[in-house]
Amino acid sequence: MHDNENSGPLLILGCPEVPVQQALALYSAHRFGEHGRELRIAGNTAVLQLLRVSDPGKVYVKKMMDLDRCIEDLSTKKLEPEVCIVFAHSDAGISYATTIRYLTEGRLIAVVFGREAEALGAQLDIPCEKIVEKAVHNPGQLRKKLDEVMGWAVSKT
Amino acid sequence: MGCVEDLGYEVLKSGVSFAECRAFIEEHCSEVFYVNPGFKIFDKCLIGVPPIAIGLDGPVVILPYTKPCYGTFILKVQSAEEADMIRKKGRKKP
Repeated sequence: MHDNENSGPLLILGCPEVPVQQALALYSAHRFGEHGRELRIAGNTAVLQLLRVSDPGKVYVKKMMDLDRCIEDLSTKKLEPEVCIVFAHSDAGISYATTIRYLTEGRLIAVVFGREAEALGAQLDIPCEKIVEKAVHNPGQLRKKLDEVMGWAVSKT
Repeated sequence: MGCVEDLGYEVLKSGVSFAECRAFIEEHCSEVFYVNPGFKIFDKCLIGVPPIAIGLDGPVVILPYTKPCYGTFILKVQSAEEADMIRKKGRKKP
């Protein structure tokens, strides 16, 4: 399946200071790729540079864009993702996730993580699917929950 | 707000939460209007949690500006045009 240029899956990343985010971004790109979909990843300069260095051959990350540009394109409907995942581990992340909800009508999954995950998750008061996990260095539990929500979990039957 | 550097702003507070930002504006500004996330001001979308408070004092606009790694700043920008736009499009109540 080939995504329309403006409706394909979108991943919004926050500040890269919490290690699990980078791992899960690459993991998500891989999973979408397995299903024949190209994930667009939006973030600030630092987070995009981390991805470029981690995936120099663009094996996983095919599309990247600047976060401010992404917000602008969502507001003008130049981008209308059917599914959008937002990573949030700070007050700013909650603000971004909330804003994305106001700008998009598609499926929204908010992944709230980091040491303050539970408190931040409680502040996120928008219609969305919410994954909350106090993960900082170990992405295992978050990956498991993301697999379940996204339907990526391997069937054991 | 990629072009925020062009606005000639003054930073009133930095590293605040969205709730602290709203409280500051409500406490310190003579006129307060409320908008939703994504509201366009200075040609950019406001990032935040509703209701987003914007303060006005004549031609001066006090607004939140959020960056992923630095949290929310409260900026003071002189712009009679944008102040009038907010008076027309903003809500007086949260």
